[in-house]
Amino acid sequence: MSTQDTRTADLIIVGGGPAGVSAAIEARSHGLSVLLLDENAAPGGRIWQALETRGAKDADDAEALRILQSYRTCGAEAHWRATVWAIDPDGTVYWSEDGATRSARGGFVLLATGTTERPLPIPGWTLPGVMTVGAAQIALKTAGLVPSGNTWMAGQGPLLLLYAVQALRAGGRFAGVLDLSDPGARWAALPHLPRAARAFTELRKGLLWRREINRAGVQWIRASELLAEGEGALSRIRFRAGGRERTVPADLLLLHDGVIPSVQITRALGLAHSWDAAQRCWKPVTDEWGVSSLPNLLLAGDGAGVGGALAATCAGRLAALGAACALGRIDAATRDTAAEALRAARARHLALRPFLDALYAPRPPQLDDATLVCRCEEVTAGQIRVAAKIGALGLNQLKAFTRCGMGPCQGRMCGATAAEVMAAERGVPVEQIEPYRTRFPTKPLTLGELAALNQDA
Amino acid sequence: MLTRPEKPTLPETGALSVYFDGRAITARPGDSVAAALLAGGVTVTRQTPVTGAARGPYCMMGACFDCLAVVDGRPSVQTCMTQVRDGMRIERQDGARELAIEP
Repeated sequence: MSTQDTRTADLIIVGGGPAGVSAAIEARSHGLSVLLLDENAAPGGRIWQALETRGAKDADDAEALRILQSYRTCGAEAHWRATVWAIDPDGTVYWSEDGATRSARGGFVLLATGTTERPLPIPGWTLPGVMTVGAAQIALKTAGLVPSGNTWMAGQGPLLLLYAVQALRAGGRFAGVLDLSDPGARWAALPHLPRAARAFTELRKGLLWRREINRAGVQWIRASELLAEGEGALSRIRFRAGGRERTVPADLLLLHDGVIPSVQITRALGLAHSWDAAQRCWKPVTDEWGVSSLPNLLLAGDGAGVGGALAATCAGRLAALGAACALGRIDAATRDTAAEALRAARARHLALRPFLDALYAPRPPQLDDATLVCRCEEVTAGQIRVAAKIGALGLNQLKAFTRCGMGPCQGRMCGATAAEVMAAERGVPVEQIEPYRTRFPTKPLTLGELAALNQDA
Repeated sequence: MLTRPEKPTLPETGALSVYFDGRAITARPGDSVAAALLAGGVTVTRQTPVTGAARGPYCMMGACFDCLAVVDGRPSVQTCMTQVRDGMRIERQDGARELAIEP
């Protein structure tokens, strides 16, 4: 693409979550010009979303708010409600904002675009009234909405526990939680416990959350074979628990199975990725300064491998230090001294991960043929199996065979599952299934926005 | 369902009205359209172009494209990524959009 943009910045940051704002603060402290772009209305990403409006409720919030405040005064230029839809390998970033198209070129571009929730497809998961736990948490943080009536949660992972506690404290009510984790995972997680003990505070927090949920009278049921039913909208769920099948009324079902890096932009750029066997997902490859397989493209935060908010703040600052040194603003000795403490802190924050990865190990989906995998194009697991039988080897052939992954979400909701279904059908490890070759624009835009590119703004 | 608690968790910022298929829904400034609709009891924002199945907000973060609706005449708007404005008119989006060519 070509454009006569004159705007430049030493560092363009895509994503204003913990990694992005921390990188901005660090980069500004070394005199770099910083342009930060984010689709949302304010800094914070998911975990600190709307925190400036909500206010701090505990010590973690207070620390996060302190970081957001130093971000606000660091001198970075920010564009909120700015949707990045393309990045050129030369560091030119294109985005839509208020219906207009803009572009700028960065000496370095840092992608801090976080994660999406791993899809947890069950029969009926497209019914209105079925949402993700993360979605309900966003509604709580940004609009103050709480669950009521016949609300059920199902799946596994720390976010499920955290949201339950946050919603209960805000006055919400749940009918129950369906624990879909592998009962054997607790034993597999045990060997990781000694290392996890280094993150004792975090570990203890998880146990206290579980106790708080129990004390609120929310039933906790170990279940399997969950399905959602209703005529045009969710009205009941069915599941197997304690050796028998149960049907209960439900008007809201919240699903969760952990989070995985958002790879839309990194794939579209053709960056190198590696398979994360523990978290069963792809993540972009980086060096110790967050440099990707393109030297001017940096990565930080959960989008480069899930480690949580505090580890993300360290990764963001490390990437900024690396950029500052490469641009000649600090020397290598200064960079390395500053990096030492950040690396130690990050290792501390990551100590809990192997335990969590084992405890909430993602389980390959066991889908019946009729279950939808691709929500946009309404492609079922059965159609994917047929495509595999008649010769589709990977997800890009699957597109041509079935349109799976070709709707507006561009594979965000189906990529992980479609690969699992194909791998099982072909009898190969899932990492041998070629993932979607994503292309720009990674978010839909109007022809008008595209045509505006070469016009003077 | 998702509702507004009796004791609000966010600071009071007043109220405004949006209209879904003509029905008035009270919202809080700062709400996303999708959140305001959910709080107003609306869970279906569109019917798919493929089979006509009903869909509504699913991810609330701009990733799934299931909460699309027609907002102030503009089709295929991600309601979870759009903030409410007083008097905003939202319509359920049924099936595929017509290509609108402006002269």
